[in-house]
Amino acid sequence: MHEVSIMESAVRMAVDAAKSAGANRVLALRLRVGTLSGAVPEALRFAFDVVCRDTIAEGASLEMETVPAAGWCPVCRAEFECADFISECPRCHNPNGELRRGRELEIASVEIN
Amino acid sequence: MCKECGCGLGGDNVKIGGHAHEHDHGHGHAHEHEHHHEHGHSHGGTTLNLNLSLLEKNDRLAEQNRGFFRAKKLLVLNVVSSPGSGKTTFIRETAAKLAGRLRLGVIVGDLATDNDAARLRTAGIPVVQITTGTVCHLDADMVAKAAAQLDLDKLDVLVIENVGNLVCPADYDLGEDLRVVLLSVTEGEDKPLKYPPMFHSAHVAVVTKSDMAAAAGFDRKLALQNLERVSHHARIFELSAKTGDGMKAWLDFLAEKRSA
Repeated sequence: MHEVSIMESAVRMAVDAAKSAGANRVLALRLRVGTLSGAVPEALRFAFDVVCRDTIAEGASLEMETVPAAGWCPVCRAEFECADFISECPRCHNPNGELRRGRELEIASVEIN
Repeated sequence: MCKECGCGLGGDNVKIGGHAHEHDHGHGHAHEHEHHHEHGHSHGGTTLNLNLSLLEKNDRLAEQNRGFFRAKKLLVLNVVSSPGSGKTTFIRETAAKLAGRLRLGVIVGDLATDNDAARLRTAGIPVVQITTGTVCHLDADMVAKAAAQLDLDKLDVLVIENVGNLVCPADYDLGEDLRVVLLSVTEGEDKPLKYPPMFHSAHVAVVTKSDMAAAAGFDRKLALQNLERVSHHARIFELSAKTGDGMKAWLDFLAEKRSA
């Protein structure tokens, strides 16, 4: 259910940006969603149609880019894939990895007309 | 608006210090970080690159709070935990034991009642209660409004007692210096593994109610191991606010952070 409020926020930003650029329609929204962001893409898509209704974004398309989570190991000085919040380096097993990507929940761009 | 559970949709009625404030869903104008570049025309329109966090408004207000609190030379803590982990007792005892050394004020958030504020006020601590209604977390705007009701020039440490919830508050920066997560010995050693975003985001993890560890069958070693896996960068304290055991290390840490 929390995806509804995320999409409300996204559509509001898109509509505001479109209006301040003098546009009449929002044709597309592009989001970046990290795998550790807590948001479920299918649920975002479901919410999108509902929250676009009666706005200048009605009928717009939704594109989502998934950002895989990555940690940074200060010992190996290299990135590693993170499946969860446990930032242990798979190479040297140093537990002090730093989460670099994966929590994104961003509006990348909008297409307007 | 909460991205985790969707609470607070519609007209929320947040009360701060007994006064109702309409929850500000303000928008329009001022997207200062907008970058307008024209790109492809896949849908026949013009592309505007925004690159904004969907929590952008809260993040911006949190940075304003942080700057304001720094200027006031306040050390600001955001205390988070499940309901019933002992946040209020922990804060009350911290204030009492710091008396004469550091002056502490509290902003306390709950869905309803001002019971926590009353408990702290009885101990002589300056306190503002925020009742959030249906909202499951505090946000930076609520904190700014509540802080305005405290005489900050007479404080050294501002403690924000968040709503008891290990999920949603993880995503809301309030402008704090330190996020302090509590884990009571009665909760189970695997809490950090069950709620990793919150434990991962904490700067300090405090194991509370240590006086009850034996009665609760608390596996201390396992709990610390789990904390170190998820909150590996956090400072860990083990204490009982009730008996005072272990409080000294925590208080010294605060005093050191305040003077840093």
